[in-house]
Amino acid sequence: MAVITTLSMYIIPLLLFVILLSAIINKVPAYETFIEGAKDGFQMAVSIIPYLVAMLVAISVFRASGALDFLLEGLRPMLTAIGVPTDIVPLAVMRPLSGTGSLGVMSDLIATHGPDSFIGRLASTMQGSTDTTFYVLTVYFGAVGIKKISDSLKVGLLADLCGLAAAIFFVTIVFGNM
Amino acid sequence: MLITGLVFAMITGRMEEVNEAIFEGAQEAVTLCLGMISILVFWLGMMRIAQEGGLLKLLSRVLSPLVQRLFPEVPKEHPAMGYILSNMTANMFGLGNAATPMGIKAMEQLKELNGSKDEASRSMITFLAINTASLTLIPTTVIAIRMTYDSANPGEIIGTTIAATAVAVTSAILIDRFFHWRRVQRARAK
Repeated sequence: MAVITTLSMYIIPLLLFVILLSAIINKVPAYETFIEGAKDGFQMAVSIIPYLVAMLVAISVFRASGALDFLLEGLRPMLTAIGVPTDIVPLAVMRPLSGTGSLGVMSDLIATHGPDSFIGRLASTMQGSTDTTFYVLTVYFGAVGIKKISDSLKVGLLADLCGLAAAIFFVTIVFGNM
Repeated sequence: MLITGLVFAMITGRMEEVNEAIFEGAQEAVTLCLGMISILVFWLGMMRIAQEGGLLKLLSRVLSPLVQRLFPEVPKEHPAMGYILSNMTANMFGLGNAATPMGIKAMEQLKELNGSKDEASRSMITFLAINTASLTLIPTTVIAIRMTYDSANPGEIIGTTIAATAVAVTSAILIDRFFHWRRVQRARAK
């Protein structure tokens, strides 16, 4: 554990060192180049705002209105039938929608069931193994102004489903079903 | 999604919560974006140095044979390749906030390759699919939360997480291929 923590602490400083070293070797004016590239950052963040507002307001209303709970109840028998533990269903549905939301659900599950229980381990694995599809899609496409997303959402959500199934499978064989 | 939510609120009588949710959602979005400014400014600056210093080119030359097949539309040694690779590498090391600016840069390049249309190209869909499935090697946040709840072994889920991620990414790529194939079929049928 300690090795990993130390390692991840060194990665960023090391990366910066390598980048600056390459600038010195190739005689690139580091400061001017940095300013040149960094200028775009502000503009980029601002250009994501409208996309993200639209998406987060929609998700937020969807949750508050009770529509999400309804969806959850609708999906529960289906997901339970294919072997998803009932307790994990809220996390499975929340994961692609909201990063902070699913982190909250995960912490909740770990607090109730304990981090070393089957549910606790499964929740941890699920949280770590996929990303917030809606958020990633909005940020990446929003920043460059893509409005027609083609099949992106379908691909992302189907992959999330596969990741969920894989998480259940691996946690069951590695730790056993308790 | 918004309409469904509004209709539901009418049925369930949760209008008050919904009113609050609208502005909470908007505020969260703006806060998130503002929080991203520092990260974006810093990493885009550093990435520009990496680009000018030839580091990106080096990275794409070394690793592009691996990824080339995923993005057949991106020419070798195109800057897009360098950004795609640095985004993947940053993701693998769990540097989420460094990965995002690189990913956005990659998207920018891919959009240019696609003639700057506002429609997602094949490469863009593939790239997004890989990112939503997220290649993680060390889930730092999850480990931190497990520590706070006194797990006997907070890191024990690293193995299962990597395995699940690998499946998620692989299936993302396969599903993406399938949808691409279907789009081509449809275009032909027309």
